[in-house]
Amino acid sequence: MSLAIANSIDDVLTALAGGARPIAGGTDLVVGARQGKSPLPESLIAIDRVPALSTIEQTDGHVRIGAGVTHSRLMSDPLLVERYTGLADAAALIGSPSTRNVGTIGGNVMNASPAMDTGAPLMTLGAIAELRSVSHTRQLALSDLWTGPGQTSANPDELCVCIVIPQTPAYSGSAYVRLEYRRAMEIAVVGAAASVVLTEDGTIASGRLAMTAVAPTIVELVGASEAMTGMAAVDAADVIASLASDQAVPISDLRGSDRYRRHTIGVMAARALDAAARRAGGERIGVPVNRNLGIGAAR
Amino acid sequence: MSETYELEVNGVSYPISAAMDRSLLSILRTEVGLTGTKEGCDDCECGACMVLIDDQPVNSCSYLAAQAQGRRVTTIEGILDGENQLHPLQRNLLDEGGVQCGFCTPGMIMSAQALLARNTSPTQEEIRIGLSGNLCRCTGYQRILAAVEKTATEA
Ligand SMILES: Cc1cc2nc3c(=O)[nH]c(=O)nc-3n(C[C@H](O)[C@H](O)[C@H](O)COP(=O)(O)OP(=O)(O)OC[C@H]3O[C@@H](n4cnc5c(N)ncnc54)[C@H](O)[C@@H]3O)c2cc1C
Repeated sequence: MSLAIANSIDDVLTALAGGARPIAGGTDLVVGARQGKSPLPESLIAIDRVPALSTIEQTDGHVRIGAGVTHSRLMSDPLLVERYTGLADAAALIGSPSTRNVGTIGGNVMNASPAMDTGAPLMTLGAIAELRSVSHTRQLALSDLWTGPGQTSANPDELCVCIVIPQTPAYSGSAYVRLEYRRAMEIAVVGAAASVVLTEDGTIASGRLAMTAVAPTIVELVGASEAMTGMAAVDAADVIASLASDQAVPISDLRGSDRYRRHTIGVMAARALDAAARRAGGERIGVPVNRNLGIGAAR
Repeated sequence: MSETYELEVNGVSYPISAAMDRSLLSILRTEVGLTGTKEGCDDCECGACMVLIDDQPVNSCSYLAAQAQGRRVTTIEGILDGENQLHPLQRNLLDEGGVQCGFCTPGMIMSAQALLARNTSPTQEEIRIGLSGNLCRCTGYQRILAAVEKTATEA
């Protein structure tokens, strides 16, 4: 096995073209290999020292989050906490401080677990992934990127360079909550993200929801915006809860039965909506919502 | 197949000749010869293997040693100020009864040390979060939390 350390995006792309696999924090790749899920690739290129992959930049109407940005930074970056709060909520729930120090947004997105925490908030914020190879750059909606558990439509020679999120409008807010059995070192039993825009009178102008661990990939709730437009968030909670339970197609495993997941995803969706709408209305609810509203595992 | 690289541990540069798929934990214990860092689960769950890389806690069992090239690795052996001097966290863990079998202690200290380095007066909640990647099967945690809190107030 070989491992080389890249200093630039070009280094990485050349290595990928030659058959190497990228390693960022290794918290999925190395841990998975140790657990015997899949052996370590023959050739690895470490991307954690490429400066251009670890920037958070505001550009014309977008924020570009480098694929190498760690969860520790996602949960504490002032711009993200202020405007893309649901993403910060998710990052703050991941693993433990050590997982968050080395684990990256690019690794989370490209690992494509149906239980990944950053996926649902990214989807409700309209994020796209920018993929690059030696020959081209393309942008892909997350719904087109994730094709199944652990599977993406990216080619092996493509590097995720950054995640691009459109600027959030005024009177908007977002949140991510998850059901968990303990407060750290945990994986979502189910999780839900919401992002809403309010009108000046406080009713919902538009909104999106997405769900974690109830389908082979992270999925967006279809018809959510239509179902809640014009309503106050409190009145929309029940509608959204039953929509979420109806659309969930969960599996049963040792973390929960399909029936339990189908019920609790409704509860989580309603709570995500509540927190997102309150934030949109100007209420400051700290990151992560789980801890600050007492959702999930007790202390 | 072995390859050769340099690893900086506790301020000393060590030439390493080993297969590139070896974990930082196994290199520290068998090649560098520092056995204070413990192997608990070897699966990124328990935190007994916690070391600092560039001052941030990392589970060394699931981090490739070769990926730590060019970075500063700090282990429990590297936190002392002088020979035979206990670090304040070590002293307070002993005084408060936060050490029983002792196997989790080095990892606990590394996480606590990283927390206190960036937050000199953490709340109890912040201490809990700071230690949330470290399991202890003996103490019930309260004595450990008390020792970290005491260290923060003394500093
Ligand atoms: C103890 C523990 C707790 C965890 N808890 C959570 C949790 O609560 N929620 C959660 O969602 N996840 C959790 N995880 C999973 C993991 O930490 C995250 O998915 C993390 O974001 C992965 O990032 P990484 O940089 O470590 O990825 P790596 O392991 O380095 O890479 C993961 C995969 O993505 C590929 N890859 C990485 N970067 C790129 C890129 N830029 N372009 C293309 N491909 C790329 C790699 O080749 C590999 O296949 C946990 C893991 C551990 C060990």
